[in-house]
Amino acid sequence: MAKIRIATTSLAGCFGCHMSFLDLDERLVALADLVEFDRSPITDIEHCTNCDIGLIEGGVCNSENVHTLREFRKNCKILVAVGACAINGGLPAMRNFIPLEECLSEAYLDGIGVENPQIPSDPELPLLLDKVRPIHEVVKIDYFLPGCPPSADVFWAFLTDLLEGREPSLSYELVHYD
Amino acid sequence: MQQFIQNLAEKNQHQVTHLLEILREIQARYHHIPADAIEQLALLLKIPRTQIISVVEFYSFFTDSPRGQYELLISDSITDHMLGKKNLMEYIVSKLKVGVGGVRSDGLVSLDNTSCSGMCDQGPAGLVNGHALTHLDRSRIDTIAELINQQIPLADWPAEFFQVDDNIHKPGLLLSQGIVHGQALKKAMARGLKATLQEIDQSGLRGRGGAGFKTAMKWQFCSEEAENERYVVCNADEGEPGTFKDRVLLNSYAHQVFEGMTLCAAIIGAKQGFLYLRGEYLHLVDKLQSVLDERRQFGLLGNNILDRLDFDIEIRLGAGAYICGEESALIESLEGKAGIPRNRPPYPVSQGYLGKPTVVNNVETFYAAAAIAVNGGDWFASVGTAKSKGSKILSICGDCARPGIYEYPFGTTMQKILTDCGAEDVLGLQIGGPSGTFISNQEFDRKLAFEDLATGGSFIVFNNSRNILDIAHNFTHFFAHESCGFCTPCRVGTSLLRQQLDKIVDGHGSAGDVVALEELCQLVKTHSHCGLGQTAANPVLTTLERYPELYQSQLKLISYEPGFDLDAALETARRMANRDDAGAHLAQTDAE
Ligand SMILES: Cc1cc2nc3c(=O)[nH]c(=O)nc-3n(C[C@H](O)[C@H](O)[C@H](O)COP(=O)(O)O)c2cc1C
Ligand code: SF4
Ligand code: SF4
Repeated sequence: MAKIRIATTSLAGCFGCHMSFLDLDERLVALADLVEFDRSPITDIEHCTNCDIGLIEGGVCNSENVHTLREFRKNCKILVAVGACAINGGLPAMRNFIPLEECLSEAYLDGIGVENPQIPSDPELPLLLDKVRPIHEVVKIDYFLPGCPPSADVFWAFLTDLLEGREPSLSYELVHYD
Repeated sequence: MQQFIQNLAEKNQHQVTHLLEILREIQARYHHIPADAIEQLALLLKIPRTQIISVVEFYSFFTDSPRGQYELLISDSITDHMLGKKNLMEYIVSKLKVGVGGVRSDGLVSLDNTSCSGMCDQGPAGLVNGHALTHLDRSRIDTIAELINQQIPLADWPAEFFQVDDNIHKPGLLLSQGIVHGQALKKAMARGLKATLQEIDQSGLRGRGGAGFKTAMKWQFCSEEAENERYVVCNADEGEPGTFKDRVLLNSYAHQVFEGMTLCAAIIGAKQGFLYLRGEYLHLVDKLQSVLDERRQFGLLGNNILDRLDFDIEIRLGAGAYICGEESALIESLEGKAGIPRNRPPYPVSQGYLGKPTVVNNVETFYAAAAIAVNGGDWFASVGTAKSKGSKILSICGDCARPGIYEYPFGTTMQKILTDCGAEDVLGLQIGGPSGTFISNQEFDRKLAFEDLATGGSFIVFNNSRNILDIAHNFTHFFAHESCGFCTPCRVGTSLLRQQLDKIVDGHGSAGDVVALEELCQLVKTHSHCGLGQTAANPVLTTLERYPELYQSQLKLISYEPGFDLDAALETARRMANRDDAGAHLAQTDAE
């Protein structure tokens, strides 16, 4: 049987979700028998091709995030929002309470210790969106894995459900945080 | 300021329960609640300053940054919109030179929206420094702009700007036959209090505030609690958009309402009562105070009422929070706290104000109870249906020739009511306000009754020129604004509902968006802590059920589109980085 292809990426996230994925530890070996990785920080493949599952960490904070997300949506049969940032915007979305104009001015123009004040302007650089958005506000998302980060057990439960052809479901213990 | 606050605290005997009263006076004088005032109050009342801050943040009439010397609020009810509120607001903005939510640079005037101010039959309406304004139009705005610029005190503004009419068009069982002051109490004493409770039971009277709990049972439960201190609370928060019958009862029939409260006090054994009046009805306070004074002079209130009873009533004002109509939130508010609904049980009848047994009833319930004490239970039960006895007072507004107050026996059909109020070419009705039900013009044979169409009094008529989605949109925004924020399903859910509905209404909806909307509705409805959240999805659910094709027709034939303008979201960054190359733009959908 052909292996299931998985792609992963981090948009406006901290890679904590990816680290948690790696916490699967020895289960990664079992997983490797069933899946192979496409575009992912794990593989350094730059663009995804036809995949079965796309895992997205982090929210959407700039134009490049939008393009990446669209590439994933186009190429992945199932697209998954992984972690609080992807689902709600999370920590990066704290800036939503401050107008972008003020954020950029503080960082590049009149913040303490700024030398040669100017707003970076280069076609190579992605532009910031006025607000950090959860990914389901930009493309259609099929599943959501809550947590900051979701535990390795959550990844395991979700992937094994999918691999074994069941509708994924997370037990109460896996999504109970206090 | 220090002296002012010191005096204020003394005037209120340093009672924490009077915190709202104190803050109302500070806001009225300084047009915000200064941080220094909070510090000082915290010391005087011996409570943490955070407790005061939480109250300031909770109520929409309190602000932590200065508003204008004239705080102008315009009612945002659907009925105000039907009377041209949107255009009027644009006019106000240009005339007063202040944005919505803003304060003019000279600090003289501030402008904002406020939830339904209860003047639906005489809108567009508003409030200036808490005082109700009715029949707003361009010429009145012109005058108001002048008055503000010349800093004329409100007392010298034209009286007709503040005139509030009763507009009673159809009195029924209760309104056509008032009682003589004291008559209910005298009859009750003569008959015996137990027997009078029996009469109220016999009458079948159910609460008029919405939920319809049997009144006699509530009073009975409260009287049976093993406590020696009890309270009577009259719920005059009347925040459900489209409801204004309590305002009329308090304006013209306050004696009978207070008599009903006193009757309740006699039956349950309470010494203290409260009228919790929504802040929007500030204009009624002086009049109500004089009615209370009159009753004290007549020996119908205070010590030794009819040689049998000690009972008095205090008026407490709210500060702009719909949730405070919910009885347990109301009690929290009476105690000087943020109006967050309590866990129930224990119900207020066993643990209410200050933890003591408390009866909370609607204005109309007390008003009816007094009449029943005079005329007997059978008199009341002679009209109505098997499960809904007596009559109901409706406040009718929207697209009809004669908006105002109508009283009908339960069991009356919608068609009859519509004919009476002069409604033509009707699209549908909102019964019971946003938290109630929308019915279409195929359902006008349905009846006014707890078992069919229940309402706390709100009855809004829409004609065929109206758009269903606009209605659902206005109501959904109302709930998102009024959610108290205590529980996540409602706090987050009502905002998501608003966002999802906006997405569809604004034409960004795609294949799965109506299904997603419906799922969200079910979640908010089934998981919320109190009645607000449990009914917040009703505007969408009841219209979606009747007009599914209308919602579907808004959707684009693509699998997904963002609900906001992606390219516009880059505008600030584009401008600041001085870019306009292809990479500085985004397509709304991934069509490439
Ligand atoms: C969000 C919310 C708002 C309410 N607003 C009011 C109100 O403005 N007036 C009222 O009498 N009851 C209101 N109620 C109902 C009260 O909680 C309570 O049931 C009622 O005051 C009891 O009086 P009754 O038995 O005489 O109807 C509201 C309930 C909820 C959940
Ligand atoms: S959800 Fe938590 S762990 Fe994951 S990217 Fe966001 S902050 Fe990091
Ligand atoms: S349902 Fe809404 S209004 Fe009621 S407690 Fe929860 S957040 Fe507050």
